[in-house]
Amino acid sequence: MTAATLPAPLPRGGGVSRFLYGRPGLVLLLLLAPPLLWLGIIYLGSLFTLLAHSFFYLDEFSGVMVREVSLDTWKEFFRSPAHWDVVLRSALMAAAVTLASALIAFPLAYYMVRYAGLRLKGLLYLAVMLPLWSSYLVRVYAWKLILAKEGIVSWLAAQTHLTWLLEALLATPVVGGPSLSTSYLGTFTVFTYIWLPFMILPIVAALERVPATVIEASGDLGANPGQTFRRVILPLAFPGVVAGSIFTFSLTLGDYIIPSIIGKSTPFLGETVYRLQGTAGNIPLAAAFTVVPIVVMGVYLMIAKRLGAFDAL
Amino acid sequence: MRSSSRQGPRAGIGLKAATLGAVLFLHVPLLIIILYAFSIEERSFQFPIPGFTTQWFAVAWEREDVRRALWLSVKVGAIATAAALVMGTLAAAAVWRSRFFGREAISLLLILPIALPGIITGISLRSAMGLLEIPFSTWTLVIGHATFCIVVVYNNVLARFRRTSRALIEASMDLGANGFQTLRHVILPNIATALLAGGMLAFALSFDEVIVTTFTAGQQATLPIWMLSELIRPRQRPVTNVVAVFVIAVTFIPIVLAFYLTRDTQDTAGALK
Amino acid sequence: MAGEGVPAVTFQGVCRHFGEVRAVDEVSFSIADGEFFSMLGPSGSGKTTCLRLIAGFERPDRGHIQVHGVNVEGVPPFDRDVNTVFQDYALFPHMSVGENVEYGLMIRKVPRAERRKRAEEMLGLVKLDGLYARRPGQLSGGQRQRVALARALINRPRVLLLDEPLGALDLKLREAMQAELKTIQRQVGITFVYVTHDQGEALSMSDRLAVFNHGRIEQIGAPAEVYDHPATQFVAGFVGQTNLLEGYLAQRLGGFPASYAVRPERIRILPAEAEVPPGFASIDGRVSAVTYLGANSRVEVEVDEGGRLQVVEQNVEGGMAMEGRAPGTAVRLVIERRHIQAVSESR
Repeated sequence: MTAATLPAPLPRGGGVSRFLYGRPGLVLLLLLAPPLLWLGIIYLGSLFTLLAHSFFYLDEFSGVMVREVSLDTWKEFFRSPAHWDVVLRSALMAAAVTLASALIAFPLAYYMVRYAGLRLKGLLYLAVMLPLWSSYLVRVYAWKLILAKEGIVSWLAAQTHLTWLLEALLATPVVGGPSLSTSYLGTFTVFTYIWLPFMILPIVAALERVPATVIEASGDLGANPGQTFRRVILPLAFPGVVAGSIFTFSLTLGDYIIPSIIGKSTPFLGETVYRLQGTAGNIPLAAAFTVVPIVVMGVYLMIAKRLGAFDAL
Repeated sequence: MRSSSRQGPRAGIGLKAATLGAVLFLHVPLLIIILYAFSIEERSFQFPIPGFTTQWFAVAWEREDVRRALWLSVKVGAIATAAALVMGTLAAAAVWRSRFFGREAISLLLILPIALPGIITGISLRSAMGLLEIPFSTWTLVIGHATFCIVVVYNNVLARFRRTSRALIEASMDLGANGFQTLRHVILPNIATALLAGGMLAFALSFDEVIVTTFTAGQQATLPIWMLSELIRPRQRPVTNVVAVFVIAVTFIPIVLAFYLTRDTQDTAGALK
Repeated sequence: MAGEGVPAVTFQGVCRHFGEVRAVDEVSFSIADGEFFSMLGPSGSGKTTCLRLIAGFERPDRGHIQVHGVNVEGVPPFDRDVNTVFQDYALFPHMSVGENVEYGLMIRKVPRAERRKRAEEMLGLVKLDGLYARRPGQLSGGQRQRVALARALINRPRVLLLDEPLGALDLKLREAMQAELKTIQRQVGITFVYVTHDQGEALSMSDRLAVFNHGRIEQIGAPAEVYDHPATQFVAGFVGQTNLLEGYLAQRLGGFPASYAVRPERIRILPAEAEVPPGFASIDGRVSAVTYLGANSRVEVEVDEGGRLQVVEQNVEGGMAMEGRAPGTAVRLVIERRHIQAVSESR
């Protein structure tokens, strides 16, 4: 050995580390305790409080909530066909939005993964991430400007002499309305716009996991590009679509801001819950309503997990 | 990366058009907001805008209610981000360092606050606060925001951890460093950019959150709450437009920074959930 | 060199189980001070777990581990006078080469100037002079390997643990590093505990080696001893090539019913009906295949009594002597009796 000095002794300290050595269970507990306590007590606790509220009921005469366990609220919930209209309307909207998002997202995701160069790909990532993380309300607001009667869409239609088409669309029963910003068509457009990024990124993640060699192998075995796409790429990317749909479906189901700003006055699930707990003060019924998306999402997540969608998250 | 960096076949015109269409769909509305912030028209959303002015920026800045809302948003965002950083990192470290019973359940629990509709989180917190008779305050807002911000930090940091060899920690201990020295000299430097990125994303998320906020705010107004009330009962539309542009700027900048911080590893992209 | 007295490392009945898997199962051995000791075995045989037990990354479920006579079961890695060269080097990616090497000294609060001086010395020892400021990412695999070595050695541990340190290197570099490691070990005089699955590596570098299988040690000994006198079928098969003789042929050659191992290079091929030299056993058969291997050729012989034997012959004078080796040729194989090695069933 060349250097003659002995290594300096370890400085003091590290008593805690020494104590924790050989107690991996304790270390794990210390790491997990704060987040688990937070989410377990504050979040899950609140969630259960809410669910528990659905077993309370509103006194018919005074309108005051009675904190006694009863099934009255649930009976009320199931008895009224109007409630089922709300649930059905919301689910249909969520399904339509999910489908539209998937259709718009897939080509973009596919282009990003398969064709875009490094630089372009980075920019596209950013282009998807910016609206994903930011400015929810601002982006809803933007559509109020766009869809307004005197706004851009009307102006564009007039400029291109397509006003008749716009009017025909608005005259369509159910989806139409007096103007785009007061029709289901408008609500649907905005929902799709707002949740689209949540669909793109999981599809990108799933597509990235498809090795280039698999695609080459398919071509090598005589499949034309269309067949390769249908038989190889699409099945492999499908978990990504399912993962994305978790978000688009769930977020649409629970949103109350968008339909209250753009759309008809007939309520969606989120709006109904909001109104019940707010102006109507019927927290038990509001709680019963929130069970619907929880159950729907629970089933959805279970199916998604079985399809391997969690890997694509 | 793998497949895209090679020169594969060229994309067809249809695919390119669909891609371009999707990108325009995502971004043109934001450009329009920015355009309207400079409009001289006060009462309607007339297009094309009849004239161009920058006066509304000054008007908005002078508004006491806007300033108050901005300050509250910044305060809540900062505290919630700090809490989320601590808890998200701890959870990520736990999941990374050991397999344990219920590990999968932890990811599910963390993701739940953003996988379930915001209204559920909001109304749950509201009803629990009502039950416990907790008065609305900055802290009730922070509690709500931190709850859904944890997962953002968790995902960012976990993605980085997964790319970090566990042997680095063993090496550090092997060379004589105790737990805290290892944390300081090895772990933190390695996850620093992921922490920063996760923190900025969490802040951006908190800064314009409106759904959960409505339920935990009471009479307080964060910037998005202020905007929402303007959307429902418009008072001075140009000011709303300017605030909207401001919100875009405040949320876009950290996201762009976060993206470039983690660009080589693409943690952020994987941290969507 | 190997100091008498207190061994560097001692295992007494050490067990480490992961759930149902007995990674290390009742292992006992000791490593002398200053020894170059290899732990050889296939992957999953428990050798790496043993190394991690010495380092303190794992704790034994049962049994005792001593380092220089001190029980270390409750001692965390940072309190052990032992350092490790990791399989994937585990260099800190956010530090320069120099900072990596100095890490242990920095933790021990050695002044900066001295740290730097000793790091430069250490880099000199591993022939990386002048790379102090580089980043690990800018180095080749071989250079990273050397940085990892310098980083571990600078702390002057009493035992250096090496976990398949040459596994990621290509063949030429690996051979050069083998020689160099051996030289460095002699220079610093530290006990080296070397984990590998490469029997050639273990044979060429070690003073002694332990052969692991299924969490247990099959045999411990000097390389020549393990090679020439494998204790079990597993060792005979894992360390070098071997012919395993069983049944009737084994009984005829060995004298009593058992399993015997014969190294292919210990068998000589004579023409059929040739006279058997004294002290040799003989087997008749026919050549069934010949494979040219460069320096050697491998001849497969179909034994008349049943079974098949492999013989390795050196190729002399430009290629092998094809004569008398054509497939189908009748040959007589002779083996010196002392090279017929009785081996037990694997444990």
